Amino acid sequence: MKPAALRAENISVMVGGRPLVQDVSLEVAPGEVVALVGPNGAGKSTLLRTFYRAVRPTSGRILLDGDDIWLMPGKLLARRLAAVLQEASGEFELTVYDVVAMGRSPYKRAFQGDDADDREIVLGSLDALDVVRLADAPFDRLSGGEKQRVLIARALAQRTGTMVLDEPTNHLDLRHQLDALRLVRRLGVTAVVALHDLNLAAAFCDRICVLNAGRPVADGPPAEVITPELLAEVYQVTAEVSVDPDTKIPQVSVVPELFHRPTGERPC
Amino acid sequence: MTRVAEAPAALAGARRIRVPYTLVLTLLGLGVGAAATAAIAVGSVPLPPGDVWGILLHRLHPALAEPTWTAVRETIVLDVRLPRVLLCGVVGAGLSVCGMALQALVRNPLADPMLLGVSSGATVGAVLVLVLGVTLLGMFTLPVAAFCGAFLALVLVYFLARSGGRMTTVRLVLSGVATAEVLSAIAGYLVITSGDPHKTESAFRWMLGGLAGTTWDLVWIPASAVLLGTAVLLGVSRPLNLLLAGEEAAASLGLNVHRFRATLFVVVALMVGAVVAVSGAIGFVGLMMPHMVRLLVGADHRRALPAVALLGAGFLILTDLAARSLIAPEEIPIGILTALAGGPFFLWLMRRRAAR
Repeated sequence: MKPAALRAENISVMVGGRPLVQDVSLEVAPGEVVALVGPNGAGKSTLLRTFYRAVRPTSGRILLDGDDIWLMPGKLLARRLAAVLQEASGEFELTVYDVVAMGRSPYKRAFQGDDADDREIVLGSLDALDVVRLADAPFDRLSGGEKQRVLIARALAQRTGTMVLDEPTNHLDLRHQLDALRLVRRLGVTAVVALHDLNLAAAFCDRICVLNAGRPVADGPPAEVITPELLAEVYQVTAEVSVDPDTKIPQVSVVPELFHRPTGERPC
Repeated sequence: MTRVAEAPAALAGARRIRVPYTLVLTLLGLGVGAAATAAIAVGSVPLPPGDVWGILLHRLHPALAEPTWTAVRETIVLDVRLPRVLLCGVVGAGLSVCGMALQALVRNPLADPMLLGVSSGATVGAVLVLVLGVTLLGMFTLPVAAFCGAFLALVLVYFLARSGGRMTTVRLVLSGVATAEVLSAIAGYLVITSGDPHKTESAFRWMLGGLAGTTWDLVWIPASAVLLGTAVLLGVSRPLNLLLAGEEAAASLGLNVHRFRATLFVVVALMVGAVVAVSGAIGFVGLMMPHMVRLLVGADHRRALPAVALLGAGFLILTDLAARSLIAPEEIPIGILTALAGGPFFLWLMRRRAAR
């Protein structure tokens, strides 16, 4: 499926009278990979939830190639946009294969079985995430990192042009963090990725959008967004940012509190 | 990191050895057949299995078997034991299928059809008829009253569990449990204050479940409900699978979770209502069978639903056979036997999960 243009217009989400996301607009060009960063509780996951229709925005709309996603049937959206959520565990004996095969259900009618194409897509997705050997293992017994890769494989099996990923590198070791993000890049899909690791965000994403307390505070290329001033304002940490002269990728190193105490409030 | 060419070889090495699905299904089918044969053959008048099959085949088409049996035996098989065995199969299959669907629906492996308060509602309806001695609809009075009670309980639980157009799992379970408690109390009060030992006993027996005195007229309604309901559930087995992945994941895979859950809740409750109306409250079947089937064929509902229907049918036919032969000529209420087997199973399940 061709990468789509994703556009969020003035999204606000209120839950129980509390604003979790306030007036966020985001534009992602086809094939662009945008990182969503911000401290805990900044509203990253909530914003992503409105993209895969788990939370309806209180106001604003989300357009995928110009179509309002909240006005299309759920199955059609699932053929165009896949989501990788933070690990969900169940207490049922689902195999890894079963879990990834769920990615094919948006294409199926009632009573329609899986055909050879589906099996090929599922196995291919498993293979792309290096988990084919786990195909018949019970999903519940996998390690956190293995589960995460299986969930990415499921999104891959949906064969969509757009992906939304919520902390996809959580639980992953260094090599698989790089592999996972490299894979998203290589797929050429439009992607919005919530990330904690600013260095990964800077290295793999075209743009970084920073949220703080539900509001957007910065949006732009990594080298412009990741600055000591922004880190101090949003995360309340002192950090040094060095920019690689060749790649122009900024690299963050946080100065531990122990040696240097900034004026103002303590980060905790 | 991609080695597409090697994938099939790697996969072959990883396949856990599991009994082929068609073999499981065939064995379960044969098991149900054997259980049914045994259940028809055993009784106060024992019959040889050959006669049982002869009579059944002769009934299907007279040319299939030569009558070598007495007319009495034919009556015993066709009018006394066959409807009871069929109803047992229907009830067992229905409860098991509903249990499996409910466990996915509330995403809790300890869910059971009795959870919805439906059986307590049915009990109140049945007890009212027994205690007040209503005979408005002849032999259908009791099942109709039980079904109405079940349906009212369903409506109550449904609206208690909804808020703002949504129905959360926790609210569903809690309103089911609370409703069941209140309705059981009402049923208990009605039984205790009826003042007629005979009525008290028949009400008490109904509450423990039992299929004694089943006639053909009682078989058709629950049989159609279970058949139709199972077909519907098979049709939505993919969305059911999605629910196992969690609410948000299911939504991201294109399922309207809240609408789907509400619709399915109604389908399952109607099935349980139709079943419980004729069988009384038979606990634990809907809890145990789905777990055994998941161990055998996995959790994918497309494979598990047909298997659980067969296993449930076979199990209840055998349990009913035990219920009427263990202390013959007396009958043990079948609910007592399923609870005796189910309670320990429940605890085993809980400890097994805790150990993981």
